Amino acid sequence: MIFVHTKQGNTMITKMNHVSIFVLNQDSALDFYVNKLGFKVHTDAAMGPGARWLTVTPPEQPDLEITLMAISEGMMFKKEAAEQMLELVKKGTFGFGVFQCNDLLATYEELKAKGVVFTKPPKKEFYGFEALFKDDSGNWFSLGEKSK
Amino acid sequence: MEAYPKFYLYQRLVQSKLFIDNHFADPINLNDIADEANFSKFHFIRLFKKTYEKTPHQYLIYVRIEKAKDLLKTMALVSEVCSAVGFDSVSSFTDLFKRLVGQTPSAYQIHQHTIKLDIIRTPLKYVPNCFAEQHGWTKSVPVEVY
Repeated sequence: MIFVHTKQGNTMITKMNHVSIFVLNQDSALDFYVNKLGFKVHTDAAMGPGARWLTVTPPEQPDLEITLMAISEGMMFKKEAAEQMLELVKKGTFGFGVFQCNDLLATYEELKAKGVVFTKPPKKEFYGFEALFKDDSGNWFSLGEKSK
Repeated sequence: MEAYPKFYLYQRLVQSKLFIDNHFADPINLNDIADEANFSKFHFIRLFKKTYEKTPHQYLIYVRIEKAKDLLKTMALVSEVCSAVGFDSVSSFTDLFKRLVGQTPSAYQIHQHTIKLDIIRTPLKYVPNCFAEQHGWTKSVPVEVY
């Protein structure tokens, strides 16, 4: 079989630049992601009464905006859907992704010292070295270590 | 965690890093930090760099410059920011800031202020349209306020 390399490869999706995390309270989430995780505020824009577009970026990934999305009744969620979503987030239903650090043991100790709740301490798994933590809303994340 | 005998070593190392995070504005003596963490200076610097990819001194400079960037966004005077992050001389602070950030503190401050004003005036420019429409902001938020 002959594979022909085309220019299509250059026009495919190249990266993700926005991802959303649903949070219970944007002020509290901002404090968590900036003061505990060390992320940077990218955009904090008032969008009218009670509405706010708030994004943060990981320190070494300034072009990935993580939107800290408030769950509230409106065009995005009907009243019932907003209530259900709030309950699901509070229950820790959602795992939004995998973060990476340079040294998992050091990062684990630092985040623990800052009050971050870990549901799984660093453990060597067959797929890598991993810990699990929750954000202030209850969303959980895997934390892995950069290959050395 | 029992499987990792370096556990206590890491706790001490993290305490040293947090000490720098919390005392970056003070005249920090890295020998004191190494002593407090029960490390020899050589061992401390080596372990710190292996873990954080910066020597303790490089990390201290990094924290000071990052804090300076935060403070400059608040329209504080450059001289105030300089002393608030632990530098004695405005000229050495300016030189270092320019070398690491690529702009002088004043230029950085003006640039950040311009972005801040732009976000206030035209917030929809900063929100992907799909999200703006989903929230109904394309109808409720003015494209140009001023």
